[in-house]
Formats: sequence, C-alpha cells, structure tokens
Amino acid sequence: MRRGEIITAGILAVMSIYMMWKSTELDIFYIKGEGPGGGAWPFWLSGIMLICTVIIAVNAVRRVSPPSQSDEPVLDAEGRKMILQVFGGIFVFVALVGIVSMYGAMLLFLFYYLWFLGRHSLKLSLAISILTPTAFFFFFEALMRVTLPKGMSFTEPFFNWLNTIIY
Amino acid sequence: MEILAHLSEGFVEALWPINLALITIGVTLGLFIGMMPGLGSVNGVAILLPITFLVPPTSAIIFLAAIYYGAMYGGAISSITLGIPGASTAVATTFDGRPLAMKGRASLALVTAAIASFVGGTVSIILFTMFAPPLASVALSFGSPEIFALMLLAFATFVGLGGDDIPKTVLSICLGLVFAAVGFDEISGEPRLVFFNISGFLHGINFLVLAIGVYGIGEMLWTIDTTRGKITSTEAKMSISGVIADARECVSKAWKGMSIGSLLGFFVGILPAAGATPGSLMAYGVSKLTSRDPDSYGKGNPDGVAAPESANNSASTGSMLPMLTLGIPGSPTTAILLGGMVIWGLTPGPRLFSDQPEFVWSLIGSFYVSNFFALVINLSFIPLFIWMLRMPFTILAPMIFVLSIVGGYAATNDMHDVWLMLGFGLSAFFLRKFDYPLAPAVLAIVLGPIAEPTLRQSLLLSSGDPMIFLNRPIAGPITVIAVILILLPAFKLIYDKFRGAGVKSA
Repeated sequence: MRRGEIITAGILAVMSIYMMWKSTELDIFYIKGEGPGGGAWPFWLSGIMLICTVIIAVNAVRRVSPPSQSDEPVLDAEGRKMILQVFGGIFVFVALVGIVSMYGAMLLFLFYYLWFLGRHSLKLSLAISILTPTAFFFFFEALMRVTLPKGMSFTEPFFNWLNTIIY
Repeated sequence: MEILAHLSEGFVEALWPINLALITIGVTLGLFIGMMPGLGSVNGVAILLPITFLVPPTSAIIFLAAIYYGAMYGGAISSITLGIPGASTAVATTFDGRPLAMKGRASLALVTAAIASFVGGTVSIILFTMFAPPLASVALSFGSPEIFALMLLAFATFVGLGGDDIPKTVLSICLGLVFAAVGFDEISGEPRLVFFNISGFLHGINFLVLAIGVYGIGEMLWTIDTTRGKITSTEAKMSISGVIADARECVSKAWKGMSIGSLLGFFVGILPAAGATPGSLMAYGVSKLTSRDPDSYGKGNPDGVAAPESANNSASTGSMLPMLTLGIPGSPTTAILLGGMVIWGLTPGPRLFSDQPEFVWSLIGSFYVSNFFALVINLSFIPLFIWMLRMPFTILAPMIFVLSIVGGYAATNDMHDVWLMLGFGLSAFFLRKFDYPLAPAVLAIVLGPIAEPTLRQSLLLSSGDPMIFLNRPIAGPITVIAVILILLPAFKLIYDKFRGAGVKSA
C-alpha cells in the first residue's frame, strides 16, 4: 500500500503540473482593469494541489498515513480478477454503444453480468436483459423525449419499428 | 392578516379536485424523474411545460410545483438506495444515506429524508409568508463578495472538520474546483483547460459525470472488491410498525439536522444564483460542524440525511422568493417556471406581490399542498424502494451500472462524458483505497461555477484588493468564520503538540 500511495501522489503531482501548464494558456495574473486572468483560478488551485501531493508523498515515505502503514496489497489476485471482469464488462458495454446502440449494448452487458458473473438462470437473465432496455426505451424516448445513441445504421429498421409504437 | 387570507385562498385553490389530481400526478411523475440519475426537476418541468398551457395558469403552476417537489424527494431515493445522487441537490444525501442503507437501515434513511423534506418545506413556507418582502431586499444586498464568502465557508466546513487527512481533503477540493473550470472561461470567452485538445472538454465537465463516476461506478467497484461480490445487498426490512418506529427515531435523532437544514436552506435558497444545491451542501457541513459526534458523519448518521434533505426543500421555496419579487431565478427549474409565468401573461418582479397577490399565494399554497402529498406518496412508495434494495446484489449491481451509464449520457448527450465517467469511476476506486475523501471534490465541482466568477468579480470591484472580503459588513464575518475553520486543524495540531510536550515534561 505504501508504494501505491507514493505512486498515486506522483501521478496526481504530474496531473497538477499538467493542469498548471495548461492554465498558462490564459493569463494567470491580475490584469489591470480586467481582474484576475482566465487562467489564474485553475493555475493557483493546481499549485495548491501540487503542494498537497508533496505533503502526501512525504507522509507516505515517513509512514505517517494509515495506508502507508498497511502491508496489504492494493489489489490481491482475486480482487484483480473481479475488477477486471466487472470493469472490463462496463468498458465493452460503453464501447459497443456506438455499434449496437445504447439499448443493444445494455442488453448484452446485462446478460453477461447476470448469466456469466451472477450465475443466474438463463430464463431470468434473458428476461431482465430484454425487459430493462425495453423499459428504458419507452421511458426515455417516449415519455422524456431524450434520445439515446442508436448505434450503426443496421439498427435503424428495428428502431423505426419501435418508433411506430410511440408515434 | 391580508397575507394569511391570501394564503388560505391559495390552499383552497390547491385543494380543488382538478388541482389535487394534478398534484398527485405531478408528484408521482416528479418522484420517478428525480430518481433517475441524469434527469432532474428541470427536465420534468421543461418537458411538461407545454402541457400546462391547456389548463388555467394557477393549475399549471400547481402541476409544475408538484413535479418540482416530487423530484426533490426523488433525488434522495436514488442517493440512498443506489448510492447515485439523482440530482445535484441530493449529492449530500449520499454521504450518510448510502452508509445507512448498507447497514440495513434504508427504511430509516428514506423515512428521515421524507420527513426532513416535509419539515424543510413547512418551515420555509412559514418563513416565506412572514418575511418575503424584507428578505427580498436583504438578498439584493448580497453581492459577489458575500456569495464568495459563503462559498468559502462551504469549503471550510469540509476542511476544518475532517477527521480525514487534511492534505488529501484540500487536494480533493482543488481537484473539483479545477474540473469545474474546464471548458470556456466565462469572462473572456476563451477555451480553457481543454485537456489534450479533446473537443469533448469544451463543454466542461458536468458535475453529474464526476458524481456518478465516484458514487455509481467507483462505489460499486469498491463494494465488489471488499465483499468479493458475495453480498445479498442489504438486509433491509419493511413493515408499517417499522416505519412508525423509524419516524420516531428520525424525529428524536435528526431534529437538529432538520432545524439547521430548514433555516440555512431557506436563506441560501433566497440568494440569487445560489439555490438548493449549495444550500443542502452547506447544511450538511454546518450540521457536522455543530455535531457532538462529527466522526459519525459519512458513516450513517441520520442527521447527515436530514440536514441536506430539509435544506434542499426549504431552498426550493426560498429560491421562489428572488424569482417572484425580483424576477431573478435562483435555479434552472425556477428559470423555466419564470418562463412559464411570462407566457401566462404574468410579470415577475417587485410589483407581482401587489398586482397579482392571488397568483403568488396560490402558488405558495400549492407548494405546501404538494409538499404534503409528496410526503404521503413518498412514504407509500418506500416498500417498493426497499424491495429494490433486497434484490440479489448480482442483479442490483448491473442495474446500477446501466443507470450510471445512461445517467452520464443523458446529462450532456455526449459519449465523451460517458468515457470520462468510467475514468473517474476507476480513479475513484483507487483513490478511495488510499483514503482520499472524494465527497469534497463533488462538492467543489458543484460550487466551483459559483465560486470562481464571484471571486473574480469581487477582485475586479476592489482593483485586486482581497480586503474586500473582510471589510464589508456581511462578507467580513462570514470570511472570518471560514478562515478560522480552515485554520482549525493547524490549531489542533499545535495544541496537541504542546499538550504532548506538557505531558512528557510532567
């Protein structure tokens, strides 16, 4: 955990420096007659962040903070596997939105999670995976008039058919 | 007395069968819209505004007020049951509502949220009735320095009170504030902090993207990692006697949070440009500040649910005050209501109270009736919400993920934000491992768009002299309190060192 905490502080420090550098694209000082420049607020706040990361890293090196006193790994093998399976699933879900639409990706993700990770019966997994996107479709598209991504053109006939139910 | 007569006329108006039916439909719709992350009262009111042109103006505004109140209640439900704030006004409810649900006390959290909202609504109506005209002038005297001082106070309550690591809390606040600055510089109109020149950053980072990332994705990954996915959600139970017992417990344990939230929420609500979100966050901070047991906050203290919930309802009524008396909307929802009023031929502004008293007091009366109905409808839906929590975790978890993704998209209609949300979720999971408090970052991204312009305007007013925050009669005391709160941890450290040295030398 100690090494992890120092690395995290390091990443945040790099991020702070990047944000400070990015802020300098606008003025970071007081401009007479105009007030503080547009970059001032994020620049100085990122500066405070940088100072905080140094203190956090020093505390971790000196083993003052609770995580740096722990010898547990940040993620053990089982935890790593679970996070990979779950986060990987969500990642693929989002990646599929542009191809098979938000509703199609939702259906596939729910089925993956319920059937493969949750070990639920095929009947229940299929029922929830189909009913949920259907309910979402009618709530968002018909009731709230919010359009969610429809994916590539091959999904069009299907959504056209669903739209005939709404309109 | 004249006001009371108008108000009672308002009640009678709101209790007409057609209006009662509109209230019931509005509250129920609002409840479900508010529950859905990414959709809030503003969506509901905006979408249903055209429908209201079919009925008389008073019925229309009653319907919209009912949706507004319903959504205020609904936001808390997803905060408590799913851990995802349904709206920015319910962000603070997540801090203690979710831990209570995880302990199997979801029913207590939901009942507390419902009762606190009702109390907040009631207190604010009374305050509104008594002080509307004089308060409007007080609100007008709040300029940029005063509002920035208030924002500083909100951040200070988080720094000064944390049992958490102070550098990590400060880092978290700064991170949220910098994220809030992404997009366009409001004053010069130039693009700012467009990371890696990705165009998706041009529209800024919506607070919901961070909030859902942290509380939806990050929190779920954390739960899956710590429990190895072997939990059957929470052991939430539900019975009528249980609700009565919870209501009693709520009144006895959370009365302080409710009182603070109701009063503070109202006063923050009446400030132009402030509204219910800062009100609820500040109420949470002040409730924690004045608590005898501040360490229990964030771990499931009913006061931590009561304070923000009473505050956001109280602030909703409060934000009507600048809208009706000055024509300045305090929140996006009131801005749409204002638009509606203009379409109905009413002119909001100082003369509305004298020219159209029937309309104003019918509106206030309908707020109160809506508030009561929202309580009843909300309480009757609690079994459904509890049932949701009792679903096996392997069903609930993917549902929360799906809601998070859809909510993240619906907030801005941009897939870039969904990817960003995934990044925030994974980062939040790891940051939590190293004890970084993330609530302050969410607080900061919500308040950042108010804090930065007010700071810049104030410094422009004073030609760069920061004393403007100290030498004004209202801003001065607020700034001093905020600075003391920020320095409190340093004082504590020095005090502890001296005491330690004293003990050693003895």
